[in-house]
Amino acid sequence: MLAVKVHNLSLKNPVMTASGTFGYGEEFADFVDLERLGGFIVKGTTGSHREGNPYPRMAETPSGMLNAVGLQNGGVEKFCSEVYHRIKHLDTNIVVNVSGSSIEEYCDVASQIDALEKIPAIELNISCPNVKKGGMGFGTNPDMAAQVVAAVRKVYHKTLIVKLTPNVTSIVDIAKAVESAGADSVSLINTMLGMAIDVEKRRPYLSTITGGLSGPCVKPVAVRMVWQVAHAVQIPVIGLGGIASAADALEFLMAGAKAIQVGTANFIDPAVTMKIVDGLEDYCNRHGIKDINEIIGII
Amino acid sequence: MKEISDFTIIERRQHGPHYFTLVLRHSHLTPLLPTMPGQFVEVRVDGQPGVMLRRPISVHDVDPEAGTLSLLVQVVGQGTRRLSQLAVGEKINLVYPLGHGFTSDLRSPTSALLVGGGAGIAPLLYLAKVLKARGVRCTILLGGRTAELIPVRDEFRPYGEVCIATDDGSLGHKGLVVSHPAFAEQYDIIYTCGPTPMMKAVARSAAERGIRCEVSLENMMACGVGACLCCVTDTDQGHRCVCKDGPVFDITNMKKWYAN
Repeated sequence: MLAVKVHNLSLKNPVMTASGTFGYGEEFADFVDLERLGGFIVKGTTGSHREGNPYPRMAETPSGMLNAVGLQNGGVEKFCSEVYHRIKHLDTNIVVNVSGSSIEEYCDVASQIDALEKIPAIELNISCPNVKKGGMGFGTNPDMAAQVVAAVRKVYHKTLIVKLTPNVTSIVDIAKAVESAGADSVSLINTMLGMAIDVEKRRPYLSTITGGLSGPCVKPVAVRMVWQVAHAVQIPVIGLGGIASAADALEFLMAGAKAIQVGTANFIDPAVTMKIVDGLEDYCNRHGIKDINEIIGII
Repeated sequence: MKEISDFTIIERRQHGPHYFTLVLRHSHLTPLLPTMPGQFVEVRVDGQPGVMLRRPISVHDVDPEAGTLSLLVQVVGQGTRRLSQLAVGEKINLVYPLGHGFTSDLRSPTSALLVGGGAGIAPLLYLAKVLKARGVRCTILLGGRTAELIPVRDEFRPYGEVCIATDDGSLGHKGLVVSHPAFAEQYDIIYTCGPTPMMKAVARSAAERGIRCEVSLENMMACGVGACLCCVTDTDQGHRCVCKDGPVFDITNMKKWYAN
């Protein structure tokens, strides 16, 4: 009833988790049956180990939060030699979010992940707002976005998802550019660039001054962008941005997303993804829907 | 093992204007998960627009037989203010037990100094209780700007000698905890939790004297389980999560942290 396909990926249900909010899955194993997820996206992986940005990296804002983690991770070799072997047995789609500062780094990471049998897809992160070099720099310009996607396409042979930033004038132009360059799917939206100031201390809350906004406050923007992109490209769209309930997930599906990712909500209720799966089932039962695909893109 | 559970407030105690204790029991009367001194809970704050993230609060006390868990909370912002308004009988939702706690499986005869400042006193009560049960001789040194900012000092008396230091001299020794005569004595281990400058001073002194020392840090957090990487602290091995690798760290790998 809930099964969906995103390019070559078969998902038990449309519910995935967003990169950077779910660790490597293991952190949530006490709360979530990981194999009941459609899939999960492990945190942003770069060519070498990264320490990320200095503390403080987080600030709570109305109905949301800012973060400036800056892609802290152990690097692709550590992922392949250690983390992968701890999670590869899981019967779900494990997708690696691939980040970098140069086209060479994206290609290097992607080709190493390509060799991992149990990783059926990567999510190319050309939209991180919290690194100085690369990241969002690639995702805000259609030509640059197409270049990096085309280069990775040459070395990566499985499902290539490209994660898009909302911090652009026209997300449709970027989506079309990466589609032409060989992307199999797009996921959107990454965080929105934001800022908050502690007026008592007269300084920004984040060490980096600006950071990425996520949570329920970004949801209407995300739904709008998913709807626009879903109408403009042929490849499947994965929707994310502020999803915290089955009703939120359904908005994205109706707007045209084939699957969704849950991010910040995992911090508030570590079991929220299970409730969303249950809620989607309940919705289908109440509305006599035999296949969730019946409602995808109906708007 | 961690879980998400509803707890019922079975007792509430106010300690002056800034602090209160909530004694909690599983709403479904299921047994408490094993919880170590120094671990913490993430509390969901309901009914407060503007508060979305859970609030990390250290475990103040555990009574496994009664199945109760206590939190000592200082009102610092809108999240803790909302928690201060909850009454006996109301429910709160916890994710627990979280983090890496104090090393408490010491063999007697051992002597331990527990140094707490402000709300950092909270995790030391359960620690003192567990250490005392293991035959460890505890000295408990509590500090604050003024007497009313040192809550629940009497609760420590069954577990060891209690020493007090206040900046204004309103109670006990006048001055910082590190200038208290009890601090200068020799111990096998020092545990500390409180304001960062206090913990760094304690750690520096312990390092100079060659005394084993554990510090319990408090950074702003989101997930509480090591997924979001928001709460990191500097260590000699790079950034580590306060929520998962800590909140308690042995100072052996924290030179970079306490030197600054």
